[in-house]
Amino acid sequence: MAYTAHFKVWRGDGSGGALQDFDVEVNEGEVVLDIIHRLQATQTPDLAVRWNCKAGKCGSCSAEINGRPRLMCMTRMSTFTEEQTIAVTPMRTFPVIRDLVTDVSYNYEKARMVPSFAPPADLAPGDYRMAQVDVERSQEFRKCIECFLCQDVCHVIRDHEPNKESYSGPRFLIRLAELDMHPLDTVDRRDVAVEDHGLGFCNITKCCTEVCPEGIKITDNGIIPLKERVVDKRYDPVFSVGSLFRKGQKRSAPPT
Amino acid sequence: MVGLAAKPYERTTTVVTAELERHTYDVVVIGAGGAGLRAAIEARSQGKRTAIVCKSLFGKAHTVMAEGGIAASMGNVNEHDNWQVHFRDTMRGGKFMNSWRMAELHAKEAPQRVWELETYGALFDRTPEGKISQRNFGGHEYPRLAHVGDRTGLELIRTLQQKIVSLQQEDFRASGDYESHIKVFAECTMTRLLKDKSGAMAGAFGYWRETGRFVVFEAPAVILATGGIGKSFKVTSNSWEYTGDGHALAMLAGGTTINMEFIQFHPTGMVWPPSVKGILVTESVRGDGGVLRNSEGKRFMFDYIPAVFKDQYAKSEDEADRWYTDPEHNKRPPELLPRDEVARSINSEVKAGRGSPHGGVFLDVSTRLPAEVIRKKLPSMYHQFMELADVDITAAPMEVGPTCHYVMGGVEVDPDTAAAVVPGLFAIGEVSGGMHGSNRLGGNSLGDLLVFGRRAGLGAADYIDKLGGAHPKVVDQIIDAAAAEALAPFREEGGENPYTLHMELQQTMNDLVGIIRTESEMTEALGRLEALKVRAANITVEGHRQFNPGWHLALDLRNMLIVSECVARAALLRQESRGGHTRDDFPQMSAEWRKVNLVCRVDENGVSIARQPLVPMRPDLLDLFEVDELEKYLTEDELPGGGH
Repeated sequence: MAYTAHFKVWRGDGSGGALQDFDVEVNEGEVVLDIIHRLQATQTPDLAVRWNCKAGKCGSCSAEINGRPRLMCMTRMSTFTEEQTIAVTPMRTFPVIRDLVTDVSYNYEKARMVPSFAPPADLAPGDYRMAQVDVERSQEFRKCIECFLCQDVCHVIRDHEPNKESYSGPRFLIRLAELDMHPLDTVDRRDVAVEDHGLGFCNITKCCTEVCPEGIKITDNGIIPLKERVVDKRYDPVFSVGSLFRKGQKRSAPPT
Repeated sequence: MVGLAAKPYERTTTVVTAELERHTYDVVVIGAGGAGLRAAIEARSQGKRTAIVCKSLFGKAHTVMAEGGIAASMGNVNEHDNWQVHFRDTMRGGKFMNSWRMAELHAKEAPQRVWELETYGALFDRTPEGKISQRNFGGHEYPRLAHVGDRTGLELIRTLQQKIVSLQQEDFRASGDYESHIKVFAECTMTRLLKDKSGAMAGAFGYWRETGRFVVFEAPAVILATGGIGKSFKVTSNSWEYTGDGHALAMLAGGTTINMEFIQFHPTGMVWPPSVKGILVTESVRGDGGVLRNSEGKRFMFDYIPAVFKDQYAKSEDEADRWYTDPEHNKRPPELLPRDEVARSINSEVKAGRGSPHGGVFLDVSTRLPAEVIRKKLPSMYHQFMELADVDITAAPMEVGPTCHYVMGGVEVDPDTAAAVVPGLFAIGEVSGGMHGSNRLGGNSLGDLLVFGRRAGLGAADYIDKLGGAHPKVVDQIIDAAAAEALAPFREEGGENPYTLHMELQQTMNDLVGIIRTESEMTEALGRLEALKVRAANITVEGHRQFNPGWHLALDLRNMLIVSECVARAALLRQESRGGHTRDDFPQMSAEWRKVNLVCRVDENGVSIARQPLVPMRPDLLDLFEVDELEKYLTEDELPGGGH
């Protein structure tokens, strides 16, 4: 049942690197992360890789496998033929630290720009009442394990580095949508979504939804409804005329 | 290896201290799981500048793996629930070895800690009235676990992570700096705690995983929140981070650990395919109606209800099945016995030749619930089995078996403040000991993190206030010694491979100090551990210091060897079977042994163990139990005169 597979693993650091060839044993039921671990234990002990839970729950072992953004722990070897060469490369959207490990600090910076949950001031802990059907909309986005594969695949930042400045990527657009749909949140984040997070950059190609290991309908259930809510507010003819008379008024969400 | 604790180093280098990165904080929290984050929130809220130092990225800690829920007697589903019932369940689950004060604080404060999470933005599943829904779990008398499907840990850690971000936003508005009062140092491993001349906590030493550069945190208060020790075992639900760091750091700094012999083997881990062996299958499967069957199709748990629990569990399948819809008039199914009982029973069935094809038993929910309900209530399990094992749990049973899941033992702490015996050192969550006694109930871990995380934050703030500005000073020679120790694996050539040693350690603990233990096997284990310690002193690491997993493992091995020795020595001493410690040669529970905690220390001679009497339970808490139940656990002189 065991066989020898041919792997190409990208090795290097911020200054450059290359694919390195390995022949490595594969056993029944194994996933790509098992093979990377076997390489560490037997051939290349300093091969750098992030991982934690090995069960698709923590979102640490993100990489590109034959060019496709995936979790290594959830990519079974049985999805490849025994003859197939398997290339494992780091996520391309983020700067390489070493081997398969990338610098994902961009995501943590964007997370800090999202105005936090703000419940009604007079609502005491223990008195929160919400219907299951209402929390489910936000719960879908709270399934996010922050693997950042959606960020990796998003061409807005994957292919255009300068866009990182003004665009936060699908992960944080659904974070905004999640808070927007929270039944008890009191902040309006629509302006922030456009001005601070670049909602308009997303042209709904749905690549993010395709790679999401949690199956979150990022575009259909998160980004598109958020865009619609923004359009309702910013491009409503009546509202626009009204807003001419309210110039200089501060934005609906406090700057953070 | 352990000898390094006090041995003078041949080589010290002042170069290291010269190029050292230094940070000064009021509080340093080591570990960024639920406990560490909750402690940091509290310390920052008390006005203390707080550093969170963690081995992984922010938001990836092991808490993320918790599935079932947070036990808190909110009484949303069954109004009869209250803290007293929760307290009783916790003590029974731990077979009365628990620190009763911790169990009391936990039961009383868990509801407030859960409600508080809602103010941070958590979205739990709801009851029809819109309150937080609560589910059944092993050992809990009423539906008690607040949950989000089967991904409660993810919700907990993300909520706390986002609360910390919101505090940073507040700080930014006040100071122009997000990190003025709370900063996360991610992918940074601490290898030593640092003390001042008087023996008080003064900081911590470690390295950045990314660069390999050394870093020192100077702080009067250090809170350990490093989790457990499961990576010393071969079959485990734990991630690579669980190498007993906090346990070892505390003992190397003069602290003590208790209850290290008590290890929880979760009854239901995946057994197939081999690469996922040990990955957790949540207890919610049983809480929501799943049953255990052997190869003959029999619900074998009815044969394993122990005497101490015989009045609380159903005697027939009919009664057990009725309980799901009518818990007032029926007793609960024995599949929901505490985890230690279920794990042992599965072990016995497999040994008796009634196991599943891959050496487990069958956990079946497919014949018990409609497919759409399974996908709704257990989405992660559905996904996990579909993706990793090609099993559709809505159509076929799962194969499961015991997996090393949790260490009840940990740093000995003051129940109210989480303070360890070393002044300025605190420990919370899995790295602390006492709360769960000899066996933890499912759902009591997440509550533990929140209740004692908050208390440690308060305790640390209070400790600092009492110092009145006279902060302990780190001694530079200790830093040099810590740096030399960390660099040692690069010195030799042709030495031992850290991965090989780790595999041998895991095999040893799994085979000889596992779920069922005997004197001869544990003696053999101690011999093997001695040999591994000698070989570990001669590890060679290839490559350089930048993100080098071989080096990281080499350094973690010291901690794994220390905690493994504690487990094996304590387990050899305790001549009884109780909770997460089962002796084949001493199968009975002993009321005399219940009165004794085994306390581990590390000194120049290695691990030593002392016996220490348990603090007798406060009479008003003792009164919460019937005397005939207490008789099963306590010696005659301990029984209350005024019991009822």
